Amino acid sequence: MNVAMMWSTCLRVLRQLKGDPRSIALILVVPSLLLALVYWLYENEILAPSVPRTFDRVGLMMLGIFPFVVMFLVTSITMLRERISGTLERLLTTPVHKADLLFGYALAFSIMAALQALVATGTAYWIFGLKIAGNAGWVVLISVLTAVLGVALGLLCSAFATTEFQAVQFMPVVVIPQILLCGLFVARAQMNGVLEALSNIMPLSYAVHGLQEVAGHADPTSSLVTDLVVVAAFVVAGLLLASLTLRRRTR
Amino acid sequence: MSHRATMPVPEPPFAPMPADPSGAGGSMGVSVEGLRVFRGKKQVLANISCNIPEGRITGLLGPSGSGKTTFMRALVGVQTITAGTLTVLGRPAGDPRNRHDVGYVTQAPSVYPDLSVLDNLRYFASVHGGSREDAGAVLTAVGLADLATRKASKLSGGQFSRVSLACALVGKPKLLVLDEPTVGLDPVLRAELWGQFSAMAAEGTTLLISSHVMEEAGHCDSLLLLRGGMLLAQLTPAQLRQRGDTDDLELAFLRLIRAAEADAAGSEAAS
Repeated sequence: MNVAMMWSTCLRVLRQLKGDPRSIALILVVPSLLLALVYWLYENEILAPSVPRTFDRVGLMMLGIFPFVVMFLVTSITMLRERISGTLERLLTTPVHKADLLFGYALAFSIMAALQALVATGTAYWIFGLKIAGNAGWVVLISVLTAVLGVALGLLCSAFATTEFQAVQFMPVVVIPQILLCGLFVARAQMNGVLEALSNIMPLSYAVHGLQEVAGHADPTSSLVTDLVVVAAFVVAGLLLASLTLRRRTR
Repeated sequence: MSHRATMPVPEPPFAPMPADPSGAGGSMGVSVEGLRVFRGKKQVLANISCNIPEGRITGLLGPSGSGKTTFMRALVGVQTITAGTLTVLGRPAGDPRNRHDVGYVTQAPSVYPDLSVLDNLRYFASVHGGSREDAGAVLTAVGLADLATRKASKLSGGQFSRVSLACALVGKPKLLVLDEPTVGLDPVLRAELWGQFSAMAAEGTTLLISSHVMEEAGHCDSLLLLRGGMLLAQLTPAQLRQRGDTDDLELAFLRLIRAAEADAAGSEAAS
C-alpha cells in the first residue's frame, strides 16, 4: 500500500470524470430530481394530525438508495473499461499495488458520492422540508457509506462482465433485489421468513434501517452504530473480494 | 547492476549461434529455457530457449498467431506458463522488483483516451514512483510536447500509440518490451521510432520488439524467428541473409521456414 500511488490513482479517476461534465451533472442532479418526483407523488395525501408524511419516510430511504445505485453503475462501467482497454493489464506490470488501485477508485467515487449526498440531502431538507428526529449529518454519512458500498460491489461485479452491456445487466441482479427487500415497500418484520432471511444478508437493508433509526431518535442509538459497522464490513469484504479478481498473471 | 554481471549464461539449445549473435559477448538481459505455454489443450509456445542480449535491440519476428505476444507476456510476467525458466534482469519473470525495471507496451495502445497526453504520462510516472518533471521530459523525447494538453482520444492513430510508448518510457525501464509498436504507422514515423530505439539501446536499454514485417528486422541487432509457437532460429540479420542466400529478409525467412518444414517431413518419413 502506497499512499502517493493511491492518491494519484484517485486524482486520475477524478480527472477522467472532469473531462465528462455531463456525467458529473447527472450524478449530482438526478437524485434531487427523483426526490422531487417522490415529493409530488405524495403531495396530496390526507394525513391524520401528528402522523408523519410518507415523504419523510420514503424520501429519507431514497437518500440512502440513490447513491448506492448510481455509484454501482458508474464504478462497474469505469472499471470494466479499464479492464477492456488494456490499461489495467499495463498497470499490473508496474509497481502499483492492487490495493492502491482499488482504494484510489473507492476514494475518488466516495468524494463524488459525498457531493451527491450533500446536494440530495440539502434538497430534501431545505426545499421539501424533510422532518426527522435525528441529525442530518448522520443521513449524509449513511448516504456516503451506501455509495461506497455501491463502489465496492461495482468493482467486484465488473470482474464478471466482459462487455458494458453485461455490466449494466448486473444491476437487476445485484441492486434491485436489495431495493425490493430493504424495507422500502414492506417492513422487513412483515415479510415471510425466507424473504426476511434474504433481507438480513443484504447490506442495503442495514443502511435503510440505520436511516430509520436516525429518523426516529434524536440521538444516535446503538442499533444505528451496529448498522453502520455492518455496512462498513460489507464494503471491506467487497473490496477484498474485488482485489482477488485483479490477477497479475492470466492465461 | 551487478546482478546482471554475475548471472550465469545458459547454453541456448535452439540458437545455432553464440548466445549473443551480435558478437559483443556481453551479458544477457533475458534468458529463457524450455518455455512452454498451453492455453487449454492448445500449445502456444513449444519449448523455447533463447537469450536476449543486454543493451541491444532484439527483434521478435513471425507471422501473426505465431506466439509473439504470448512470449512477451511471459517475459513481463502476466502470462501463466506451463513449464520452463525465465530469467529477466537476473530475477524470475514476474518478480515484483522487476516491475520497476520492465516496461511493456501492448499492441493495442493502452492509455486513457479521456485524459490529456500530459495527464496520462503523469499518472504512469507516479505509479512508477517518478515525478512530474519526468513526464515532461519523456514527452519532449517522443516529440509530443506540442500536444501535451490535447485529449488522447483526439490524437491520430500514430500519435496515440506514441503516447502509449511514452507511458512505458516514463518508468525509465532497463528492459523495454514492445508489441508491434510500428504497425500501421507511416514510413517517416517508423524510421523516427527505430532511430529512437537505437538511441535507447546505445544508452544501455535492452529492447525486445515484435513485428510481422520482415523488412523491419534489418533494424535489429539480433533476431528471434518464431513460427507456430516454435523458435526457428536466433541469429543476426546478416546471418539470416546469408542462410537464406538473399538480401531480401522476407524471402530469407521464407526459405528458412521451407527448409525447417522439409527437415520435419524428412525426419517423419525416416521414423
